[in-house]
Amino acid sequence: MDFGSINPVVLIASLMVAATPILLAAIGELVVEKAGVLNLGVEGMMIVGAVAGFAAAVTTGSPILGMLAAIIAGAAVSLIFALLTQVLMANQVASGLALTLFGLGFSALLGQSYVGIVPPRTEKLDFGPLSDLPVVGRILFGHDILVYVSLFVVAGVWYWLNYTRGGRVLRAVGENHDSAHALGYKVKRVRILAILFGGACAGLGGAYLSLVRVPQWTEGMTAGAGWIALALVVFASWKPWRVLAGAYLFGGIMVLQLNLQAAGYRIPVEYLAMSPYIITILVLVVMSSNRTRRTLAAPGSLGRSFHAAG
Amino acid sequence: MLRLEKRPSPSKAWNYATPVVAVLLTMIAGGILFTILGKNPFEAIKLIFWDPLFSEQFAAYSRPQLLVKAGPLILIAVGLSIGFRAGIWNIGAEGQYIVGALCAAAVALAFYPAESVLVFPLMILAGALGGWAWAMIPAILRTKFNTNEILVSLLLVYVAEKLLAAAATGFMRNPQGAGFPGSRNINQYASAANHEIFAGTGLHWGGVAAFIAVLFTYVMLQRHILGFQVQLAGQAPRAARFAGVAPARLVLMCMGISGAFAGMAGMFELAGPARLISIDFNAGYGFTAIIVAFLGRLNPIGIVLAGLLLALTYIGGELAQFMLNLPAAAIQVFQGMLLFFLLALDVLSNYRVRLFLPQRATTENV
Repeated sequence: MDFGSINPVVLIASLMVAATPILLAAIGELVVEKAGVLNLGVEGMMIVGAVAGFAAAVTTGSPILGMLAAIIAGAAVSLIFALLTQVLMANQVASGLALTLFGLGFSALLGQSYVGIVPPRTEKLDFGPLSDLPVVGRILFGHDILVYVSLFVVAGVWYWLNYTRGGRVLRAVGENHDSAHALGYKVKRVRILAILFGGACAGLGGAYLSLVRVPQWTEGMTAGAGWIALALVVFASWKPWRVLAGAYLFGGIMVLQLNLQAAGYRIPVEYLAMSPYIITILVLVVMSSNRTRRTLAAPGSLGRSFHAAG
Repeated sequence: MLRLEKRPSPSKAWNYATPVVAVLLTMIAGGILFTILGKNPFEAIKLIFWDPLFSEQFAAYSRPQLLVKAGPLILIAVGLSIGFRAGIWNIGAEGQYIVGALCAAAVALAFYPAESVLVFPLMILAGALGGWAWAMIPAILRTKFNTNEILVSLLLVYVAEKLLAAAATGFMRNPQGAGFPGSRNINQYASAANHEIFAGTGLHWGGVAAFIAVLFTYVMLQRHILGFQVQLAGQAPRAARFAGVAPARLVLMCMGISGAFAGMAGMFELAGPARLISIDFNAGYGFTAIIVAFLGRLNPIGIVLAGLLLALTYIGGELAQFMLNLPAAAIQVFQGMLLFFLLALDVLSNYRVRLFLPQRATTENV
């Protein structure tokens, strides 16, 4: 096959854009899972963020306000999940699925009058002459603010989880909630806050899809990005920097298959469009087949609900 | 202050009552939603839950639709419920439904235009095998490599959707269809068509299959050792191991049954109401069936009732769309809320709510 028509610099620059939504959603979910909660509603929170961000940006004319609205909307729907699983002790798998089903319907309802509208443009940050540097300029200094925000969030989460007291409390709650409770940590409060953070990140990731990546609103536009983000957390063995590496890898695959579609190779479009999902599955298989690494990496209390006796 | 106290064993009474209360709460919340959308809530609720069955104007068309829509929902949900009981989460029924339909279509198109009584049974077999095979992917990955079956089965839905698009626009496209996407009309191919068994009832072979599946599952859960193992693995995984339950075999079996049921549902839909393979062949039955399974308390008989109820919301939703201009997505929100309320109310069957009045500080409390 001839890859000659694909410019590597453009490829890297555009894979960063393609990866940002799943990167944001995955880093949020990583914090949630580190706290011992499995929220399968990422897809639902992303799409609610996508529509809320889109609607707010179109109404106010400001993409930044749209993104803030997406953060709030993502956190708001994740609050339903927090209420169900932390206060009412519902099954986490079922509640996450419910959140996704609800989010897909709810977003379609909200987005009805926004189909076919072009959102206000999200400008690239102005780095002056730096952006004109060959190769580096396009890759490092040629993006909009959210690409940098997503990198900053990854670094922040990494630092916070490893080097701050709050991060260690959160990890203790996720590893063994009974011990954490015995030590006097507020297990439920920590988990609810983690869920809200995950919702905010997923919402922002969704808004990046509808405001920058596509940019348009269509029903069901996340098309499994939330599920890929969930897989990414497993792929990354619950480590923030590996989430970044994994997200950029998937971004690369997505951009590559889109380029191949556009280049008109003989493979039908549908088979190329399958590739991100199939590669996600293959990666999951490789990562989960290593028993020792998996059991060491996953938070000890992941998916178990906590109820303090007495 | 309210406090939750874990019950030693789940309350039976609440177990039966929660679905009913959840439906009532969803109606109230739905009414509020419809009011926000600027519709008369009472009219909308009546249109969704009452008119499809009892209004003179619509019932003639709507009543048969009830069985048409409930059939696939019940068939898929009853298969899913077996796995859900054992803690095996097949949430990719939508994909298995699509692949089942594709396999059945392949059989029908291979025999076209030959007429034979064997075509229809062969299609059922192909549908079941297709769904089974698609479900075996996450099952085998789970048992061999310990890969999470939730993520794999769900991701395979997207793969199946792309496969469906490839079939409708490419390898299954009707050669006499003037270039339009979509396969031949299988409903017009006499040997393959899935017609109503009794005219005007809406009951086609899919409904019969759903009924058989419910009986099969009921007997298996109540009377067969496999049913016992499913219950045990779900409620006490450690005890199940000591009792000699092989977890891998259980995963293969549960995923296999649910996949085969979903594939069959796809086949009956293809040869019946859907008529042909088209890009938008799948209508979300595989996901709604998850709600049906939970609303029916993972109990075969409960699932029949839940399937009928959700079928009613589909039909009533279409009616409300037509009559009140209610958006199609509103009914999806409605179904999502139903699952929320159900999960929230489950707390009442597993916990006892106790009222604790704040006490004055005593030495004991300090």
